[in-house]
Amino acid sequence: MAETLIHGKCSALVIGGSAGSLDVLLEIFPNLSTRINFPILVVTHRKSGNDSLLTDLLKNRTSLTVQEAEEKSKLLPGYIYIVPADYHLLIENNHTISLDYSEKVNYSRPSIDVTFQSAAEVFRDELVCILLSGSNADGVEGLKIVKKYGGLAVIQNPETAIMPYMPQQALNYAKPSIILDSLKMAAFINGLINK
Amino acid sequence: MIIDAIDNEQVETLLNDVLEAHGYDFLEYSHASIKRRITRLYTLDNFVSFAEFRYAVRTDNKYFKRFLEEITVNVTEMFRDPTFYKSLRNDVLPALGTYPFIRIWVAGCSTGEEAYSLAIVLKELNLLNKSLIYATDINPSVLEKAKQGMFPINYLKGYSENYVQSGGLKDFSSYYTANYTLAKFDESLSSKMIFSTHNLVSDHSFNEFQLILCRNVLIYFDKDLQHKVFQLFDNSLEKLGYLALGSKESLDFWSNAKDYKRIKTEKIWRKL
Repeated sequence: MAETLIHGKCSALVIGGSAGSLDVLLEIFPNLSTRINFPILVVTHRKSGNDSLLTDLLKNRTSLTVQEAEEKSKLLPGYIYIVPADYHLLIENNHTISLDYSEKVNYSRPSIDVTFQSAAEVFRDELVCILLSGSNADGVEGLKIVKKYGGLAVIQNPETAIMPYMPQQALNYAKPSIILDSLKMAAFINGLINK
Repeated sequence: MIIDAIDNEQVETLLNDVLEAHGYDFLEYSHASIKRRITRLYTLDNFVSFAEFRYAVRTDNKYFKRFLEEITVNVTEMFRDPTFYKSLRNDVLPALGTYPFIRIWVAGCSTGEEAYSLAIVLKELNLLNKSLIYATDINPSVLEKAKQGMFPINYLKGYSENYVQSGGLKDFSSYYTANYTLAKFDESLSSKMIFSTHNLVSDHSFNEFQLILCRNVLIYFDKDLQHKVFQLFDNSLEKLGYLALGSKESLDFWSNAKDYKRIKTEKIWRKL
């Protein structure tokens, strides 16, 4: 995990995933340290409606505060924000949340690319983004942008992903800095805690 | 996706131009969203420099029309959030049914899907004949589409499902005639609609309503502008009238919110 040592401050973590990512999230959440001192955003593709289901599911797996991302609320350290179904999430320069109901991107709303890019423009080299299992290429362009701004691009090892296509595309085209087995994901995130 | 095609300063420059040359004020829109829209359009239209883009927006009225259409978000659907329409059908509109005449404002109506959905519910409650729906938008070209009442046929299956989930009583297809690509909605619905441009940022109240629907418009405004628009709605709403917002929008944190009572769990408030 030498890479994490090279990386400087972590001001935000964004986790993106699609098909097969819920299993990874359920694995990560119980092992997250309560000392986490940056906000975590979770962007996953899912059907609209029955919105709070994912939030409720994840809430029960960690003692960190998990909430659905709300319009205009400010990102706080140690909080986990679930991007609501059917909205894109953008981040303002003052670290507040803007929701957006514009056209789907990569057939998806929320789109992982949209949030990765927006976070990259705001947090620049203090951003870490992780792309998990999925069966389309949403998130790949976003990871490229994260890297251009000096942020850290991480993917789930496609070999351990239920749907390897998404992390594999990222591996081929976005040259991520770190490739992690799903079992090592929580320890990696805990390693980002700012001293 | 182009990175830093347009930076924050250029966004400000462009929006100031737009205000000065065309009279549209986007300065209090949420910055991240408007920047994304501008960057998207810049990329889509293959501009090679910001100067060229700026010149077109400033001086070319035909291009500005496109700019206005693309920079505002015009994504909408019929019977979006079925539980919301269920609550309109069961709680809100029956209460308005006791009035001799019902005036409704759909603010930021875009291409009209919400106005037509509302008209269908009114019709099924036998209230359409005494209702008038004022459908307004900042953008004249989407209003032209809204007047036509024609929506792409490939969305109709989803709309029909929404309609049924919202408590719709009829065969949804009885409301439109389909041709190859478009479904044309019954003119009895649009006959009760008045379409007009209205800019929530700069235009004033123009009538008193018993119901104002403004869904997924305020998310694009910053907090101060949101509160100004709430004030505008307040000035345009009769006592005991209803204000309906999008599923992620809220009256909370607005100074006069205490004069409004929320209806169940939907984003609908009643003026006390």
